[in-house]
Amino acid sequence: MRRYLRPGDWLILLLGAGIIGLMIQVFWQGGQANTVIIRAGGKVFLEAPLSRDREIEVPGPLGQTRVLIEKGRARVAADPSPRQYCVKQGWLSQAGEVAVCLPNEISVELSGGTNRYDSLNY
Amino acid sequence: MTASIIKLTSTPADHHLAKMAAVALGLSVLEGAIPTPLPGVKPGLANIVTLIVLARYGWRAAVWVSLLRVIAGSLLFGNFLAPGFFLSLSGALFSLLALAASLSLPARWFGPVSQSVLAAFAHIAGQLLVVFLWLIPHSGVAYLIPVFATAALLFGAANGLIAAHFMDNARDNSAESPS
Repeated sequence: MRRYLRPGDWLILLLGAGIIGLMIQVFWQGGQANTVIIRAGGKVFLEAPLSRDREIEVPGPLGQTRVLIEKGRARVAADPSPRQYCVKQGWLSQAGEVAVCLPNEISVELSGGTNRYDSLNY
Repeated sequence: MTASIIKLTSTPADHHLAKMAAVALGLSVLEGAIPTPLPGVKPGLANIVTLIVLARYGWRAAVWVSLLRVIAGSLLFGNFLAPGFFLSLSGALFSLLALAASLSLPARWFGPVSQSVLAAFAHIAGQLLVVFLWLIPHSGVAYLIPVFATAALLFGAANGLIAAHFMDNARDNSAESPS
């Protein structure tokens, strides 16, 4: 088998493997989020990078909603809304994921990457 | 004036090309029997013949064999002018262009495996172009590109090795050496 492969062939094979690695990065990890957008009452309350861990208190008509940013993910930690859907949704990590807290009128949305899908409509 | 008779003269070289195309055709039929996990992921065994023809008789002969195989194959499978035919055709044309380009690589360093891998990548590039521009104009197609590329690398390398093996045998058996 070795005598059929010339040095340049190895180069081409390595190059091909490298290109595939690059393609996997580009086409499969395009949904990686890098920013979080928090809206209150339909207006953007805060746009922050996911790279820095922090805790944010967002005021709404029912009270304070607590948003946690940690290790490139974000979640609603506490919310005064009765059904707690946005809290139960847990960690958001992909671009386009949204947690909506109603009736406190607060939403947490992740964005970034190349192909962004709107997870509410898509 | 005599009645005109259309007579196609064929040279032994034509017959040889036709035989090679027939072998390639046989391989594509054989490969049709192999189940694949994903439509479009195929070993492309017929390309072994194209590689050998390229090495022995040059690029023009490879074009003949490859296109004859695509057209005759589509008649055989019953998809002439159907989407599958255009996929094969664009893949074959792109591969042939890649093979033409690969001929300018120094033969001392680059063998049939390089040619095969380059042609395989060109093949999926040509096919995906048709898929994206005509059949499925949706960005979701991009999600499958790494899968097709991996298949191209593996099958391209395998076909190249097989072709190299055949050519090596032929060299041992006769004084004739591939260019």
